Amino acid sequence: MSEFASRGYEQPDVLVSTQWVEDHLNDPNVRIIESNEDTLLYTSGHIPGAVEIDWTQDLNNPLRRDYLDQREFEQLMSRIGATPQTTLVFYGDKNNWWATYAFWVFQLFGHENARVMDGGRVKWQAEGRPMTREVPQYEPTDYKALPRDDRHIRAFRDQVYQHVQASLPLVDVRSPEEYRGERLHMPDYPNEGALRGGHIPGAVNVPWSKAVNPDGTFKSAEELRSIYEEEQGLKPDEEIITYCRIGERSSHTWFVLKYLLGYGRVRNYDGSWTEWGNLVNVPIER
Amino acid sequence: MSDYPHKLNEILADFDFVTTRTERAELLIDIASRFEPVPERLATPPYAAEHRVPSCESEAYVWSEPQPDGTLKFYFAVENPQGLSAQAMAVILDEALSGAPLDQVTAVTPDIVLKIFGNEISMGKGQGLMEMVRAVQQHAKRA
Repeated sequence: MSEFASRGYEQPDVLVSTQWVEDHLNDPNVRIIESNEDTLLYTSGHIPGAVEIDWTQDLNNPLRRDYLDQREFEQLMSRIGATPQTTLVFYGDKNNWWATYAFWVFQLFGHENARVMDGGRVKWQAEGRPMTREVPQYEPTDYKALPRDDRHIRAFRDQVYQHVQASLPLVDVRSPEEYRGERLHMPDYPNEGALRGGHIPGAVNVPWSKAVNPDGTFKSAEELRSIYEEEQGLKPDEEIITYCRIGERSSHTWFVLKYLLGYGRVRNYDGSWTEWGNLVNVPIER
Repeated sequence: MSDYPHKLNEILADFDFVTTRTERAELLIDIASRFEPVPERLATPPYAAEHRVPSCESEAYVWSEPQPDGTLKFYFAVENPQGLSAQAMAVILDEALSGAPLDQVTAVTPDIVLKIFGNEISMGKGQGLMEMVRAVQQHAKRA
């Protein structure tokens, strides 16, 4: 039984260990992708062969508040030398928060052969594994992407409104202070422009980082079920929406619920509080 | 910017020549490599909350020490070991503002962060780094 299967995850193959990554550094069928909150980190040193995906430059539309489209995703995949058969391994800083955000965006295009390196950048460095400042160049590919499909893992505001009206569960992964409306941004981050504080009616509050151990690895399925099911009453067969401030932290929880606990119908609301907290005349709870 | 401390203008001028994201990152990483935490004679961890920079995700702390000429020498700690941006900002603030006339320190506008880190910096990170500038200015105002 693998390390991750022994933790009881529903889809243990979605994770790879730091050792697995080191064993596959020269595997042409594996592309390692670093995605960070601090944009200096990749340039300062990264896993040999890893490419960088920057969430603002590579994943976001520079004009509309939306993600890249099918053609842009094909160009991105060509640039990093990936084919539909390539195994993508995401990792990054902040307990893989940004790595799971990139992972989620990639799933909008259906690249299912994707993994997350358990423990992220901090674990790799703590174990003294190799780092380099050399930026790799890969032969461009002719990647044909599926059209972006927002239906299954992404929620828009009207859908969230209907979700609230139907009294379906939501998970607010922000800090308790943000959830209670005492602050409009996470602790140690400044205000990012929401006019109202509080949470979407019916949402339970589970800060995203509760899913992670101090060393950056994911908690076991038993521990996760205790957090999400025993403490908050969520059920695997329910339709659930996760949200935070702009949809990055909640992609981490989306990943945990969907892959580690096997919830079949989880969507991430990337509009999140910077949209809901500014919408006119929508219900808010404190 | 003409009223800014001379050393700050010199540092900002270095960023005029930055043309790519990678060049900017390499310049900032080089600056961050000069970071030295606050000496133990002034403070040891866990640092007092009164020295903590509000809104800085990398847990930055600021101290100042009066100099014989009436200026201040600034010291920093950055508790997040992966907080490279905060380390770079600390080095810039120390090298540019330590020893500068206090009225010039208080006249610096926090938007130098955008000049240094670029307009593409996330709002959260940008605001946190601006708070480091404001924290230094608070020390100058109180001196």
